[in-house]
Amino acid sequence: MVAGGVSKFAKARPDVTFQPMVKEAYDYARKDVPKMKDKDVDGTVGSYFSDHFMRQLKAGAMIQDYLRFIPKSSKRVEGGGATGGLSFQAGWEGVASGRYDVCVVYGWETMSSVETWKGNEFIALASDVSFDYPVGGFYSGYYAMMVARHMYEYGTTVEQLAKVSIKNHMNAMYNPYAQQAAKLTVADVRNSPMVAWPLTRLDICAMSDGAAVAILCDEDTAWRLSDRPVEVTGVGCGTDAMRMADRPHGDVILLPHEKASDYVGTKFKGGKLAYPGIHSFRAGRQASKEAYEMAKISDPKNDISFIELHDAYTSSEIQTYEDMGLCKYGDGGRFVESGAPFLKGVDYGLEFTDEPGQIPVNPSGGLLACGHPVGATGLMQAVFAFWQLQGRIKQHLGNSKLQVPRAERGLIHSHAGTGTYVTVSVLERRH
Amino acid sequence: MAKLPTKVEETMEAGQVFRIPMPLDLAGLDKMSPLVVKQPYNIVYVHSYGQDSPFFAGLTNGRFLSTRCPRCKWAPGTPRGHCMKCGTKMKWVELPKEAVIHSFTVCYFGSEAFLDQCPYVLVMIEWPGVDTLFLGRLFGVDPEKPDLSWIGQKVKLKFLRKAKISPTDVYFVLTEVGEGRKVPRKTLAGRKAPGRAQSQ
Repeated sequence: MVAGGVSKFAKARPDVTFQPMVKEAYDYARKDVPKMKDKDVDGTVGSYFSDHFMRQLKAGAMIQDYLRFIPKSSKRVEGGGATGGLSFQAGWEGVASGRYDVCVVYGWETMSSVETWKGNEFIALASDVSFDYPVGGFYSGYYAMMVARHMYEYGTTVEQLAKVSIKNHMNAMYNPYAQQAAKLTVADVRNSPMVAWPLTRLDICAMSDGAAVAILCDEDTAWRLSDRPVEVTGVGCGTDAMRMADRPHGDVILLPHEKASDYVGTKFKGGKLAYPGIHSFRAGRQASKEAYEMAKISDPKNDISFIELHDAYTSSEIQTYEDMGLCKYGDGGRFVESGAPFLKGVDYGLEFTDEPGQIPVNPSGGLLACGHPVGATGLMQAVFAFWQLQGRIKQHLGNSKLQVPRAERGLIHSHAGTGTYVTVSVLERRH
Repeated sequence: MAKLPTKVEETMEAGQVFRIPMPLDLAGLDKMSPLVVKQPYNIVYVHSYGQDSPFFAGLTNGRFLSTRCPRCKWAPGTPRGHCMKCGTKMKWVELPKEAVIHSFTVCYFGSEAFLDQCPYVLVMIEWPGVDTLFLGRLFGVDPEKPDLSWIGQKVKLKFLRKAKISPTDVYFVLTEVGEGRKVPRKTLAGRKAPGRAQSQ
């Protein structure tokens, strides 16, 4: 990766149609690689989720011409909430296969074209329309059932969820790209309107309009175009049954630092952890396992400098700590209380049980605070991770508060509806 | 005290105009506010339940059907045409009319199609000896007092008499609420209504 750009995520962008919004992100990335010429770009990947939101099919073709990429090769990639992560990996595949020397991955979503509750209906159509959607299709409700079971299995508390919200909204205070920065308390989160018990409005990310772009290229081109390229050293992707009801109760997929005996004993209902059930994202575990094997990560908590992960819900951030092996299954709530995923130099108004900042998670503010323009989200994570690894957070955000010191290896994690598709990509500093 | 509204609610009714003011000088047009218009979009889909059709037919007859794998005995709580484990074509079976709550939520907001039903309770249902779950609606609990202790409670399956050919033709009530408490069927005038004429 040699460059990235993000448009400011906003509730609505009626000032432009989607094409100039994507151009803002692309032009920003281009400015970072002045040596790159139009002719250097061999192909592109278009990343956007919903044809319903836009009521414009083949919208990717309209970006392709607006950004002057025609007649070069392009394709659209779609995979729900993981669209951005899947597109990033599709761009990586294009380069790694040798087909492209330079591949531009552009993503966006315009969700302001309908009212919030109609938007929720569109998103809920990404669940089985025979068996799930008609019962009261609402993604916040699906995730709420998942975390209720997590609370039942492991004793996870709503206060632990609230601390994730505090962390991500507070980090965003230093990120000018964020849509909803805020300094919050546990009481603020719990007293905000209940959406789907136990998740309140501040446990849930907002819908947004926004765009993000990542420019990927082969190693020789990377060093020609950039003084600080970042290498993609691992990619992983996992999947699970679309219907949450279909998730079986079998054995945990183990990471290198875990043993089968970790998940047996009286602390688990029935004496053994039933996996994944609806309390965990097996696709997230599978994606992590693949990416870790490829990037030779054996002890995730110590081998990773920071993670930008898909926190559409505070609960899914906690569940994802476990999937990614930052802690054992069941310990996600206590992991937040330890302070490990917080940033050391930021005052959250919270006390921690251990040393804060061991492995910062969502230093950008994540989806909860930056917003979630679906097709752009996974690419936004790539851009923030890229700037972290370049050590150039100050240059791009105007302050260095969120810069993770000595950031060597950053992970990005993208996640689709109740964990049906999950991607994990590993980015490493090379300068 | 309840929070008083400080904003007028935005609705989707749009005004209608015949002409938009515009300066004679075109140089200033880049500064013009965007025009935002309403574009309605209505569709009726013809959706086939295909191989899952017997499930929906079963509900209209007060029977909850799922499928079983004749080869590896995989037993899902929501029917599938072919086995998730070994790919074999599944056989239809009937599940018991009593089950257990695996998880739940109360939705105080929802998709537009369900907003008028809020708050409503979603439940994941499990049966002993059945490998996977079923998503449904729970009744007979106070949606203003959700509690983790609902998980693990027994429920009874109930069926709509006037089926909608939807997975909501079956719904769930706590066993203890459903039993031992006869609700008198009275008309507004206080007289007993004639049996089946009473609607739910």
